[in-house]
Amino acid sequence: MRPEELKPEQFSGYPPEARRLALDYLETFRRLPLSFLPNLLREVIAFDFKFPVERRLLERELGNLRSLSQQDLRVWFREFTEIKLSESLEKLNWVTSPAQFVEQLSAHLWASHQMDAFRHAALGYADKLHAAVTPEPPASPRFGIAVIGQGVDVAAETLFRRLRPYGAYFSAVNPESGLQHLLEAVAARANSNPAPYAHWYIDGGEQPPHTSGVTCVSYGAMEPVRAALLGRIRAETQKRGMGPEALRTLMAQLRPVDLGMVNGGDAVLNRFQIKLLTEGSGTQIFSTSFVQWAAREALRRAQPLTLLARFAPRQRQKPMNELLSPSPEQVEMDPAGALVDADMGAYYNWINQQRLPGSEKSLFLAWFENHKEAVAISPTLPRGTFSTEPIDLRGILSWMT
Amino acid sequence: MSRVFSTQMAKERAQLVPRELARQLAWTRREFIRSAAGVALGATLHPSRVLARTGIPIARRKVVVITFGGGARDQETFAPEGQENIPHLMRELIPQSAFFTQVSNRGILGHYVATASLATGVYETINNFASLPPESPTVFEYFRKELKRPASDAWVVAPSNGFNRIGESSHRSFGPGWGAHVILPKYLLSAATSGQGDYGHLLRDSYETPLYAPELSGNIFEVEQFETILKLSVADFKAHARTLSSPDELSVYIVRQLMRQFAPSLLWVTLHDIDIAHAGAYSLYIEGIRRTDRLSAELWKTIESEPEYAGKTTLFILPDFGRDSDEDAGGNGFQHHRTGDVISRTTWMMALGPGIRPGVVYDRPVDSIDLVPTLGSMMGFTASLSMGKPITEIL
Repeated sequence: MRPEELKPEQFSGYPPEARRLALDYLETFRRLPLSFLPNLLREVIAFDFKFPVERRLLERELGNLRSLSQQDLRVWFREFTEIKLSESLEKLNWVTSPAQFVEQLSAHLWASHQMDAFRHAALGYADKLHAAVTPEPPASPRFGIAVIGQGVDVAAETLFRRLRPYGAYFSAVNPESGLQHLLEAVAARANSNPAPYAHWYIDGGEQPPHTSGVTCVSYGAMEPVRAALLGRIRAETQKRGMGPEALRTLMAQLRPVDLGMVNGGDAVLNRFQIKLLTEGSGTQIFSTSFVQWAAREALRRAQPLTLLARFAPRQRQKPMNELLSPSPEQVEMDPAGALVDADMGAYYNWINQQRLPGSEKSLFLAWFENHKEAVAISPTLPRGTFSTEPIDLRGILSWMT
Repeated sequence: MSRVFSTQMAKERAQLVPRELARQLAWTRREFIRSAAGVALGATLHPSRVLARTGIPIARRKVVVITFGGGARDQETFAPEGQENIPHLMRELIPQSAFFTQVSNRGILGHYVATASLATGVYETINNFASLPPESPTVFEYFRKELKRPASDAWVVAPSNGFNRIGESSHRSFGPGWGAHVILPKYLLSAATSGQGDYGHLLRDSYETPLYAPELSGNIFEVEQFETILKLSVADFKAHARTLSSPDELSVYIVRQLMRQFAPSLLWVTLHDIDIAHAGAYSLYIEGIRRTDRLSAELWKTIESEPEYAGKTTLFILPDFGRDSDEDAGGNGFQHHRTGDVISRTTWMMALGPGIRPGVVYDRPVDSIDLVPTLGSMMGFTASLSMGKPITEIL
């Protein structure tokens, strides 16, 4: 089926708000090339479970597409229209299952050596969209915090090597009540700029008591869901004919209720957490991968004003079949390995924060938990500097703002 | 030049077309290697002419190919901040090598299909996750058929079950029987131990396809052949396996056995521990690089010490491809190789052995599919269906 043949009833399976949005923009969809449209529909179909910022961005993108003249559309989508699709792709039900179409499109692009052309087309589209739809500046400067090294006595390697050139490195931090100071800072920011999903706390272990106005996600709290998912993976992989692509498709279709999450509560957050496990790689087995990916996805999707990511020890590496089938025995942990993972994870958190609007005013703090080392990045602090003066985290926070 | 992220650098990079970016990467590698290892620039040197300079007849030449396990990026290897992870390559092998700084993989960035492309000299388009043979003739088939070599003269040691069909293509010009034996050490160990005993650390699966193990078929070496062919008892194999720490160490152990028993002229080993990166644990990725660095050097020492190989063997070391850059928002840095960005496509290759001019860096663009026709020119067969070109600098 071609986009110009789209009919309203084909969107009947979409969730309510997504259906409303799709019907509102049906005429626009009919004018877009098939190599592009299912990618857009993949976002539309998830509209009911998107964060507020994502919703606004998608609506603005759709509004921009609707405003384009036929001539504009030719310019915007020339490279997409040059992508050659296979007959089997065109026969797929890409309206109902846009994600599966995109997955198969990806395989087709690789196999037909069109991936580079598609990538170029996609980057060109993103550039044009960025120019046409001005990004929303944050209500206040973003603040990212990474707490790393829980359970490690001595770091075997130099920490924060990648972050230090961009901020001030402190080597005499008083660690007393450090985590408490940071949690208080997050709570204060949540109070002064309250907004849904604007302030996050992500933990690789158990999460602290609920803080009003802060969205909390933790590896520990997800344990029953992870166990249910791993059980499901084991059962599916024992079925004849199950391959990695089929398994990925099946995992992408899982809903919170399929993995034992109770109905009700925060449907948007529940869906977000499920996706961390079904779409992330390593998030099911390593807490460090979970925290890094959760922070990346929270930043990319919710564009929070505050994000505190606290890494915890991860389990020691074992064969995949054992990692997927955890025994009731004590899990052996690898805190030293987790510190190296988290050091890189902190750097990635900063990179991902810097990709968001307002990056020139953003703040970032990384701290070796219960130790004296920290690095702070802020417009108020000189880059690549070093301080050996005694200070506590409150002091660093005050210097940053 | 440090390759840490900066907004400015990202903007500058974004303005470069892929070819310019690949050239910049190559230049960075070249300058780093020149300063760190003290090697020369090879652009003005004449081809080395292996036969003329070594006097080794074609029939006696041997080649070992190591694919540098699952993709590693420059910042963890050939950059100032990465050299601590590859001390053996830097100090021992590069001074003896011709080093190519710009090797592009323009094919599919999945490990099985990319390795198949390296082995055929054609960008294969087979399903990376299916148990399928390459569609174009492999280097093993060219070698054996044209030079009338026995089956024992070409072997592949590969990391995971997904590579079980790599030794022989489905191309009708060759048909069955001209390929290489494929040994899957993990499969052998698993079969030999029947899943019993403390061998879990050696049976780690591919994290690219962590949940999928294709059914085995093709020209695979079976466990029963241990004693008859490798002259190695299953008990000895199991006992030695206990002393090893990773699947790639197991592979290198098998490679040594092969070299001693058969001294194959064409030996291909695919290392894979680095691909643990897919699990997102940076420490395990770095451990994999350090181990692969050590194992590569150990294999070269074995080549130099085995009478059948010493002085007549060319060793090629190259990754199948790289990994995603930190700067591409579509990826997640070192974890995957999914974006198809230039950094994930542009890698390196080193060649060392008799007739190869040592300590020379070449930064002209080379294609990863150029390997097979180069091996053909070196060993005396024609890779007639390969799409690559021989690399004249080392012929």
